[in-house]
Amino acid sequence: MNEDSIWSWETAWDVLPQLLRGLVVTIEATVVGMVIASILGLFIALAMRTPTRWVRGPLRLVVDFIRMTPLLVQLVFAWLLLVDIPPLVIGFSVLGVHYATYMSEVYRAGIEAVPKGQWEAAIALNLPRARTWRAVVLPQAIRNTLPGLGNYAVSMFKETPFLFAITVVEMYQAAQQYGALNFSYIEPLTLVGLLFLLVSYPTSLLVRKMETRLA
Amino acid sequence: MTNTSNGTPAIEFRDVVKRFGDNVVLDKLNFSVAQGDRVTLIGPSGSGKTTILRLLMTLEEANGGLILIDGDPYTHEYKGDKWVEIPEKRRRVVRNRVGMVFQQFNLFPNMTVLENIIEAPVHVLGLSKKDATDRAEQLLEQVGMPDKRDARCTQLSGGQQQRVAIARALAMDPEILLLDEVTSALDPEIVADVLGVLRDIARTTDITMLLVTHEMQFAREVSNRVLMFDHGQIVEEADPETMFTNPKHERTQEFLKAVLGG
Repeated sequence: MNEDSIWSWETAWDVLPQLLRGLVVTIEATVVGMVIASILGLFIALAMRTPTRWVRGPLRLVVDFIRMTPLLVQLVFAWLLLVDIPPLVIGFSVLGVHYATYMSEVYRAGIEAVPKGQWEAAIALNLPRARTWRAVVLPQAIRNTLPGLGNYAVSMFKETPFLFAITVVEMYQAAQQYGALNFSYIEPLTLVGLLFLLVSYPTSLLVRKMETRLA
Repeated sequence: MTNTSNGTPAIEFRDVVKRFGDNVVLDKLNFSVAQGDRVTLIGPSGSGKTTILRLLMTLEEANGGLILIDGDPYTHEYKGDKWVEIPEKRRRVVRNRVGMVFQQFNLFPNMTVLENIIEAPVHVLGLSKKDATDRAEQLLEQVGMPDKRDARCTQLSGGQQQRVAIARALAMDPEILLLDEVTSALDPEIVADVLGVLRDIARTTDITMLLVTHEMQFAREVSNRVLMFDHGQIVEEADPETMFTNPKHERTQEFLKAVLGG
């Protein structure tokens, strides 16, 4: 077999701009998705601490439902349901909500890891409840959650190819389109893999460094 | 128990009951502390000393009885015959008069030394940041740490952290200061520094102090009254001189023998 038929540098060079445009979409979806996940996740975690069972019960149900069903199914379902909304918006929204349910667990653990003595000192200083959360508990809890947040960011990043199912032209979809048009999949898909690695590996190293520093 | 004050006692316990599950820690405890008194609570562990401080700081809830601060009901009151909780809003008013220093310091690690001290004066007492900072600097001077203003609490030694914690409690200008085994977590060689700071405060202010400590020498120097607890009851009370040299009750004699190693 001719070497050229397996790998062509020319093809690789040709597809790269499209893939990089896809990468931008991928990163966009991850960043916006992660912003949604980290804000919504915090609200879920806080709502789960309210004493009212009427809030906690239904919320628990929704959270479990989202966690127990595949992301791909949720994406397609939301896309079919919300026809007027651009696919990319549906994409990062669903990613965000899906990951918010996981992030809420990270926050919960982070909040519980704040020592009881911190709450007690806040009471001894007569700090109002809201101020205790804002100035004492959350800053420490969120610090505890940073590694978890990083890990989920990496894993969300790797799940963005699912967006192809709802016609978002992210990196994987761009490779597929190129492949279908030119009958060569090897170069685009290899590059997609490498580009994913190029972004996620340094990120995960950063997360690991953060973990050891915060430990 | 006798009330040595002229006027309303700073602290009064009336038939206070505290249970943890089936374990009755305080069984209808009655005692009062006059304004400006320095009272040391001694007794074996589990005798209820720390529980008394924690009830006074509302870190625990009583199961019965009344706790009065300057004659004001604090956590519960009787409405007719009914024993009811006092809402948080009213508790806060009374709680402002009480401060506490903990065994484990409990400084806020996400803040600098200065931020720890001014947090409550600014957000509870409504002081301006500038006034609170001025006061904090004075207090840091007083506890011997003027140069640590901007340090992170995590960079400080235990003794330094405890001195900041004392400054933080004093910044709220409490009428009553609760000291819960404040030197127990410290290395022996720095205990003296912290006790020195507390001695100064005792000498230069008229804050009512309630302390739980194993430092009998310190208790003797600082307090004017010692209460010996056992099983949630006061078995003996006396001035420190009498208590430490000539205890009457057998339980006190045994306890002092054990802690003083004599």
